[in-house]
Order: sequence, then C-alpha cells, then structure tokens
Amino acid sequence: MLFHDTALIFGRYARQTLRSRFALLFGVLTPLLYLLFFGPLLTGLPLGSQGSSWQVLVPGLLLQLGLFGASFAGFTIIIEQNSGVLERMRVTPVSRLALLLGRVLRDTVLFVFQAALLVLAAVIMGLRAPLAGILTGFVFVALLTMSLASLSYALGMKVRTPQEFGPTVNAVTMPAMLLSGLMLPMTLAPGWLDILSRLMPFRYLVDAVRDAYVGSYATAHMLYGVLVAVGLTAVAVIVGTRVFRTAGA
Amino acid sequence: MPIISAAGLARTFQTKHGPVEAVRGIDLTVRPGEILGLLGPNGAGKTTTLRMLTTLLAPTGGAATVAGHDLATDPAGVRRAIGLVAQSGGVDPTVTVREELVTQARLYRLTKDQAVARTAELAGDLGLGELLDRRTAALSGGQRRRLDIAMALTHRPRVLFLDEPTTGLDPGSRAGVWDLVRRLRDEHGTTVVLTTHYLDEADALADRLVIVDAGAVAAEGTPSALKLRHGGSIDATLQDTFLAVTGRGPTPAASAPVAV
Repeated sequence: MLFHDTALIFGRYARQTLRSRFALLFGVLTPLLYLLFFGPLLTGLPLGSQGSSWQVLVPGLLLQLGLFGASFAGFTIIIEQNSGVLERMRVTPVSRLALLLGRVLRDTVLFVFQAALLVLAAVIMGLRAPLAGILTGFVFVALLTMSLASLSYALGMKVRTPQEFGPTVNAVTMPAMLLSGLMLPMTLAPGWLDILSRLMPFRYLVDAVRDAYVGSYATAHMLYGVLVAVGLTAVAVIVGTRVFRTAGA
Repeated sequence: MPIISAAGLARTFQTKHGPVEAVRGIDLTVRPGEILGLLGPNGAGKTTTLRMLTTLLAPTGGAATVAGHDLATDPAGVRRAIGLVAQSGGVDPTVTVREELVTQARLYRLTKDQAVARTAELAGDLGLGELLDRRTAALSGGQRRRLDIAMALTHRPRVLFLDEPTTGLDPGSRAGVWDLVRRLRDEHGTTVVLTTHYLDEADALADRLVIVDAGAVAAEGTPSALKLRHGGSIDATLQDTFLAVTGRGPTPAASAPVAV
C-alpha cells in the first residue's frame, strides 16, 4: 500500500513539475552561475587537493544545489495547505508517509536531474573525474535532498505563511553553505573556522564527495559522509512524517 | 444504530495569546440516511467539529465513532467511509478535471480502470461531462463546487460532510447543490452532515438541526420542533428561533448621530 500510494503521489507531483519549465530548471541557475563565472577564477590556485580545481568546486556546487533547492521545497506545501489541497488528500485513506515520500521523491529526482545538467556543464568547462565518483556525488545529492526536503515540508506545515518561511530558510542556508566549506575546502581555513565547520553536517558530505571526485572511495571522509547523510535522512523523514500525521493544529 | 455518535468532543488550541477553546464538549448523534445541519454563527466551532469528525484534527477531549470506526483508534477506517467537501475545496489549478477525478479515485484505492470508469460516472451524475478536459482553474464557482462534491463522492461514502457548501455561490448553483444533497440521501441513502450559517439552507435541507454556539450545543431538534420550542410557534422564522436560542438580539442601531 505504501509503495502504491507513494507512486501515486510521486506521479501527481512529477506531472506537475514536468508541466512547468520554470520548476524544472529553477534550482540549477545559481550553481550554474558559480560554475561559469566563479569556477574559472580557481584554476590556478593551490587548494590542497590531488585533483584540479574543478574537482574541488563541483562537489560543493552539487551540494549547494541540493541545499538551496531542497530547503525551499516547503513553499509548495504552504500553498497547498492554504488552497485546501493538502487537507483534501489527508481525508482520503492515502498513507501519511506516502504524502511526504511522494513529494520528496519528486524533489530528489528533480535535483539529481539538475545535478546531471550541472556536471555536464562542468565537463565542458574542464572537469575530469572518474565516473564512479560522479555517480557517488549524485547519491549524496539524493540523500541531501531527501533530508532537507522532508525538513522543509515539516517547517512549511508549521509556519503557514510564505512571509515567515522564506526568511527563516534563508537565515539557515546561507551560513550553512559558508560554514560547510562548499565553495572552497575548509582545509584552507584557520583553526577556529575549521572547528566551527565540523559542527556542520554538510561539511562531511562535501568532503566525502571531494574524495570520490579524485577516485578515493575507501577513506575516513567517505565513512563519515555516508553516516551523516544516512543519519540526517532518517531523522528528517521521521520528523516529516510525524508533522504530516498531526498537521492541522 | 447511529452512524455517528460523538460524546464530549472538545478541541483546545494553544495559541500565542493563550489556550482557545474552540469546541467545548459537543455530543452528537446522527442517524443513518438523515441530513443533519450544524448551524451557528462564525467562530462557533462548526468547522472545527467537522474537522475532528473527518480525522483532520485530533480532539483534545471526548470520543466519537463514525460509520462504525472509532475516531482515535481507527482513523483509516473512518476515512474509507466518509467524504469531505471543505470550504476551500482543494484542486490543482493547472490540472484537468479528468486528471483530478482519476487521481482522487486512485487515492481511494480504486484501480486505474475503476478510476476511469468512476470518473465518467461522476461526470455524468454531476453535470461535469463537458468540463472533463478543462483545467480546474477555468471552472466557475458553481462548477468548482460540483467538482469538489464529485471528488468527495468518488468512493461512494456512507457519510458525506459538507462545510458551508453554498457559501459564495449564485442562487442557481445553490439550488443545484441542495438538489444534489437531497438526491444523495434519497437515491443512495447517504448520510449528510453539513455546516452552514445560512438559515434558509438549514431550513430547506436539514432533517435535524444542531445549533452550535461558542463551542457547545445550544439546541437541537427538527426545524419545526425548534421553532415551536424556542421561536414561540411552528410558523416562527428560523431567524427568530436562532436568535432566541443563541441569546443574541439584532444588532443595535448606531447611537452616534448621522450628521453633525
């Protein structure tokens, strides 16, 4: 039943996204701009990596895509809450978990698609990385999207108005991006910044993907990255489901 | 054997300004096949009561059984047996009427083929046949309401809940909804619970009325019985009866001078 319900919800939202070119491409714009106009500035710099500057930057941009894209997923929930769509679905027997997973699955597929577009552009700009590393990167984008989208939907259900939602999410995602070393690796950071960044879960994700992009898969970074990604996803999905079950207060 | 029985149903909201008791102990009994009207001023707790009975909101007190399923322990069972037409019926504006109806049927666990067949049937019953390929954003108010009702009837529920079903509709559409509700009861034996603050609607449709005020039941009975008991005579208007029950007189005329 859960599988059937999730597929149904996923289908509905996938069709909705496919109808809108804006929705299909919106999230990839910012990382693309960074790739095209910021990336070339890094090619000569010593970034403390075995690979090229592209192998340092692109993992960060992929996670930036997931971070900003998925964090704002809750906007659509607020609109649906206010228009009555969400309530209508909650009155049917459809599984509460499916209501969340179907949406999150759509977001995951969308951002992995956009991540692929980004990598394609990066390859044109000069990125060379092993295929397994690139695929690993997509897996991390998927896990990050699943967790942040779930949390974003949970927040959207609690907050109710777009005016409260936007600034709240912004206030969290921008510092998160900077403190996680997404643009430039934290190995370049002074001691205090490095320590601060270790509190950010995304730091471990980007370190793992950077390792994958130079072909090192069996490293400590990869281990921590996987643990954090899976843990974050589990917590987020649990929180999200609970909110969907009890929403309406 | 009542199809809905609620005892002491209550809901308190925790807000920034302190707790708000929206519903303070409502007892309700609905017989199968009857049309029950919940009548009351805005803010009386009618919609909150409805949302509790349709599993959208957890009661903070009391218990209820809907169509043989306990609200607290078997909400999924309740959902299979009921339909709700909320005040803001929720449809995706970019989707066609047909797609919304088919998806709704599948949410009620009909197979793809059953869903398509049911959509055609509902379109015929509710006069949506020509609108099937139109996007929902392009429907008029009355057409939207019919679509909302169709969506709630997809699985042939035993109980249909309607929250202010004709608010904002023109007289023709209102009459259409009333006919529809009567037909549902007469042809399918569907029990209907509707909330309204339109007295003519309550008078015309309801077999029994429950007058809700400030979160509690103020009076209940058939419209005639209420008029007799509270309005003074069986020919009293429902307006006078309602005002007598809720203890509110007509709005006093403004005491400020019209011109200085």
